[in-house]
Amino acid sequence: MEDFGALLHGFAVALTWYNVGMMAIGIVLGIVIGVLPGLGGPNGVAILLPLTFTMQPTSAIIMLSCIYWGTLFAGAITSVLFNIPGETHSVATTFDGYPLAQQGRAGEALTASFTGSFLGAFVAVLLITFLAPLVASFALKFGPPEFFAVYLLTFCSFVGTGKDPAKTIISMMIGFGLAAIGMDTVSGELRMTFGWSELLRGVDFLVVVIGLFGLGEILLSMEEGLAFEGKSAKINLKVVLETWKQLPKYWVTLIRSSAIGCWMGITPGGATAASFMGYGIAKKFSRRGDKFGTGELEGVIAPETAAHASGTSALLPMLALGIPGSATAAVLLGGLMIWGLQPGPLLFVEQKEFVWGLIASMYLSNVAGLIIVLTTVPLFAAILRIPFSIIAPIIIVVCAIGAFTVHNAMLDVWLMIVFGIVGYVMKKLDYPLAPLVLSLVLGDRAENAFRQSMLASRGELGVFWSNPLVGSITTLALVMLFWPAISSAWRRLRGI
Amino acid sequence: MEQKQVNETPMRGAVSQRAVGAATAIAFFLVGVVMIVDNYKLGAGWAPEGPEAGYFPLRIGVIICIAAAVVLFQDLFGKGEGNKVFVTFGRLRHVLAVLLPTIVYVLAIKFVGIYVASAVFIGAFMRVMDRSGWLKTVVISVGVSAALFWLFELQFMVPLPKGPLEAKFGY
Repeated sequence: MEDFGALLHGFAVALTWYNVGMMAIGIVLGIVIGVLPGLGGPNGVAILLPLTFTMQPTSAIIMLSCIYWGTLFAGAITSVLFNIPGETHSVATTFDGYPLAQQGRAGEALTASFTGSFLGAFVAVLLITFLAPLVASFALKFGPPEFFAVYLLTFCSFVGTGKDPAKTIISMMIGFGLAAIGMDTVSGELRMTFGWSELLRGVDFLVVVIGLFGLGEILLSMEEGLAFEGKSAKINLKVVLETWKQLPKYWVTLIRSSAIGCWMGITPGGATAASFMGYGIAKKFSRRGDKFGTGELEGVIAPETAAHASGTSALLPMLALGIPGSATAAVLLGGLMIWGLQPGPLLFVEQKEFVWGLIASMYLSNVAGLIIVLTTVPLFAAILRIPFSIIAPIIIVVCAIGAFTVHNAMLDVWLMIVFGIVGYVMKKLDYPLAPLVLSLVLGDRAENAFRQSMLASRGELGVFWSNPLVGSITTLALVMLFWPAISSAWRRLRGI
Repeated sequence: MEQKQVNETPMRGAVSQRAVGAATAIAFFLVGVVMIVDNYKLGAGWAPEGPEAGYFPLRIGVIICIAAAVVLFQDLFGKGEGNKVFVTFGRLRHVLAVLLPTIVYVLAIKFVGIYVASAVFIGAFMRVMDRSGWLKTVVISVGVSAALFWLFELQFMVPLPKGPLEAKFGY
């Protein structure tokens, strides 16, 4: 009940005029960012992060998290109207969303997907409200070995669920390597600066994110020579109400997708995997499953609900443990550190106002988000009709400025270009980029947890099995790491 | 289609997925080697007070090398992927048409400041790629730069690189 009081206080924090204004700005910016090719959740937040350095942390996180919600909503707009997933998590939405638009039912599809998103996010926020404080208070007992084990679990489950384990590992290790560049926080020694004094402060993850996701994405879109030819959407009160009347009969799908999304968000499966899973399972279980792909409303609701639930619940481990569940959450976590907050379970003890203000803002901003997207879709769809050859240079300029403002350094702009090329090549070769960002943000913390554990145990790796808790997490991590091998061995055993 | 023919003679019209995949794997392998060497020099063993600074990164480097070797092996001897086209030269030209001007743009920032460079960059892009008229080009390119100036210099007080033009106005 103490938490309930804290939540109410959080509402008081979030409901000031200033913060509500930040919410609205964040959501609108988020939708714009999500609709534009080349800008998305991770790099959109990364570019705007330096502008919040001087803001109150609570207002800053409210605005940035709203940008995140905005990008989640925006994915549906481009998928349904243009058959172009603005974000990878909305790929599954195109399957039924675009056929619906072709039949002139774009309004219905969008209303259904926004409402589904809203419900998915709402379930996830409820989960955060009740579960996050519990997880955090549990994690307060964690020492360095437990933390390292949790990091290990996060990283291993990436490898276990990824398509190509070797490529996932490379991507992740490159992130760790980049995180290690610069002055070592423990010994003060310089690592991998190669005598370059500008590398002393290390490679900032914001610059990497802007390069990989921003410039890299522009290069990809340029190569594909995107020409947007979209359907138009009419959303008015009548369409919305008609669609809402149909929604209750999809309650099973809504609940199922929310559950899938929450699970995939907390474990770092990510919104993309969640949306595909939500779609796939709905197709399997729906009575009209064979009609999926031809314009079924259920086929739009299922992935969008899961994606939004997952995107939202990705903030749970970020708040409670200091471990982000998605690339955007990783950038937000980096933001916490920049604002001078230590992410992790102590946040719930030391920064009550911040944490509960953020959680309360999630309730409010999802309502606000739903209203904003339902009323302004045509406006945002118009953005996509601006020729790409005008949008592209403007986005590049914004990326360059974003990279520069991180440390006021030209070197960062050059690094952004390098990572843009790297991101383009890695994307084309199916290297996943999210693990790189995650390990880049968590690298130092994971390494410190490891060193402290080693220090306490005098170099005995047995410390990671020294008590039942840390032992079971570590073991689980190893199981996740070798999951592909284990499951195929199991199948072969049963096959005989 | 055309792509298949291209695959047999990769030099003529396209870069193959296999070639780029292998080259990238080798590059990652070299990154791993550099990490190992640099951190070995730094000290990657045990000091009295615990692991030395290079302990963790050196092992990361080793993992990169192993994983890169696996990817290289898959690319060279695996089936399937090899015949795919990474990028055709025609499309590569589109990519370079963005990349090279971007590099020139970043170079120019140092001399004329970011606002002038941005306006010229956006304008040039619009003229060449979009074939926009002069009026539209000038309005949008100068407009965007002016908006950025207002946002960063006046609203957020974040100073960006400026050149001789801004200096004339006293910034």
